[in-house]
Amino acid sequence: MSEKQKERKVEMISAAEIRDKYLRHDMMPHIFCTGCGIGNVLDYTLWAMEKEGLDMDNTVFLSGIGCSSRLPGYIDVDSLHTTHGRALAFATGVKITNPDLNVVVFTGDGDCMGIGGNHFIHACRRNIDMTVIAVNNYIYGMTGGQVAPTTPEGDYATTAPYGNIEPSFDMSDMAISAGATYVARWGVKRPNQPINSIQQALQNKGMSFVEMMSPCTTAYSRQNRMGAIEEFWDWYEEKTMLAEEYERIEQYGTEEEKEELKEKIKVGVLHQEEKKSLNERLQDLIEEVHI
Amino acid sequence: MKEEELELAKKAIGDKSQFIHGDTAVAYGALLAGCRFFGGYPITPASEIAEKMSDLLPKVGGKYIQMEDELGSIASVIGSSWAGAKAMTATSGPGLSLMQENIGFAHMSETPLVLADVQRSGPSTGQPTLGAQGDIMQTRYGSHGDFAAITLSPNNIQETLDYTIRAFNLAEEYRTPVFLMLSADLGHMREMVEIPDEVETFERKQPKVPPEEYIPFGKGEYGKEKVPEFGVFGDGYHTYVTGLTHDEMGFPATDDQEDHDRLIRRQVEKILDDREELTDVEKRNLDDADVALLSYGITSRSAMGALKRGREQGKKLGYLRLKTLWPFPIQEIKELSETVDKIVVAEMNLGQIYHKVVEHAECEVALADKIGGEVHSPDEILAEV
Repeated sequence: MSEKQKERKVEMISAAEIRDKYLRHDMMPHIFCTGCGIGNVLDYTLWAMEKEGLDMDNTVFLSGIGCSSRLPGYIDVDSLHTTHGRALAFATGVKITNPDLNVVVFTGDGDCMGIGGNHFIHACRRNIDMTVIAVNNYIYGMTGGQVAPTTPEGDYATTAPYGNIEPSFDMSDMAISAGATYVARWGVKRPNQPINSIQQALQNKGMSFVEMMSPCTTAYSRQNRMGAIEEFWDWYEEKTMLAEEYERIEQYGTEEEKEELKEKIKVGVLHQEEKKSLNERLQDLIEEVHI
Repeated sequence: MKEEELELAKKAIGDKSQFIHGDTAVAYGALLAGCRFFGGYPITPASEIAEKMSDLLPKVGGKYIQMEDELGSIASVIGSSWAGAKAMTATSGPGLSLMQENIGFAHMSETPLVLADVQRSGPSTGQPTLGAQGDIMQTRYGSHGDFAAITLSPNNIQETLDYTIRAFNLAEEYRTPVFLMLSADLGHMREMVEIPDEVETFERKQPKVPPEEYIPFGKGEYGKEKVPEFGVFGDGYHTYVTGLTHDEMGFPATDDQEDHDRLIRRQVEKILDDREELTDVEKRNLDDADVALLSYGITSRSAMGALKRGREQGKKLGYLRLKTLWPFPIQEIKELSETVDKIVVAEMNLGQIYHKVVEHAECEVALADKIGGEVHSPDEILAEV
């Protein structure tokens, strides 16, 4: 944490002040569709930054390609809008070179788990100190609604007109297995839990992965007949269950409850551990061999 | 570069005179030029560069990382460059093919970096341990869209070390990826080198204006004046860097023909305006020559043999070696073709630079091509005279 961050006093701030402080007004209007959840993810991230008191001069946002990857453009910080799937590899170079920078990556399910899957698992394995916010809309939104590695089996997409015949990836499970030290998943409807969680992710000295389940009202909703925007958002809410409750049912629930669990997505802080980050390991190495 | 950093680099490198191969010379040159980040991925015959950098960099406080693939290694290098380091990667043909998309990103975002390519025979996996010169066009036209490349081609181990330093200086000066072309034979061949006492380095121009007056992708008048100042991440300039077509402030401007035209022409012209300045050739015996032997890299050593043998046989031969391949030395070729009857281009491919020579020469042009991993014999070049 920089001196500037330490000295900062936490004050009450309004949503309008947040917008003024953090957004690039020259970039407006934004590109997102009505009913899309990505704007909420941006909002929650800005609140988390404010709560954490991140120094904007010392924070870099990166992204790849896709709807969510347009987010860094709207934030008034140094930002690198890179190639499809590669943001984490770019971010690795940034963070290793200057470990004092706060590094945050916005990515999507296709960007992170499809084309960028290799960089994703290795960034987790290295436990490099950065925060990855993955907006999961279960579809390739920007290109018009093609099937993604996260699209649930049976769901429709422009390239799965008869329903998706492939099994789908759980991004958070993948992050945990690959070695990330803070992993959380939230829906976009309620602000407080994601804001606190993104703040925890920013504080974690290692790889933090926050999956934000976000409705794509244009490409996903239409093809899968999810109804009006509000209905779709409610469906997301109904589909999720807090990790504590989920795990209680897994252990102590009735057969009926366990059956219902199959239809639910677990949300909450899914994993947390302390482990040396790559930056610390590199620093140790340099201290050992520097001439 | 600060004096103490150079001294530290020299200390890490060790003896002033060393019998080393080309790959090691690249690592030494990089360290002396101030390179402090290497993102790599193993590939024959370039792996020794990564191995040497993984040994040397931590000794001088630099960072080495082996990435998960070549797409990642070039990406990490671009990220590192924006975080302020002089950064590089090294690879061979298959890796260079994989890197093409992000090389395009480096052109579009005007990111300084050095890429050493130790060429091997292709296409595809080809002959991993044997040399070739098949990637010349790939450095110039490999990524999609329009851009101008700077590509250097040394022909001995001392020059490999010196040109690695030059590659970093040009990358910083022009804010562009610079390609340093070796081949398996040069990468693995050993010669004596002298570590230079003094090293002239170029550091990228950084903005002197306050952030609110900073124009990250602004215009200039001519050549390197068209290279914008580089606001390093963390210095408060809040630069938005994107591979999308962007305006002078770096913001996406993807719908207007003029925006794209203005941006790309400036990026191309910053290098091509300075074509003459960047041109670097070696000439021998051209004054009375009827036939010029034109070559580059390892092949030029056979061309030198052909020159000597041909002269002994009474043939009026001359020698032109291209040390800079891109931008292509158009003027040199034009002038040469006015004084000789024929140019013989020798290269380890089925014709790459040959086509550029044909494009600009006014005289007859012949190709002494050779593939399969063996360097030309002097007689194979003489056969085309």
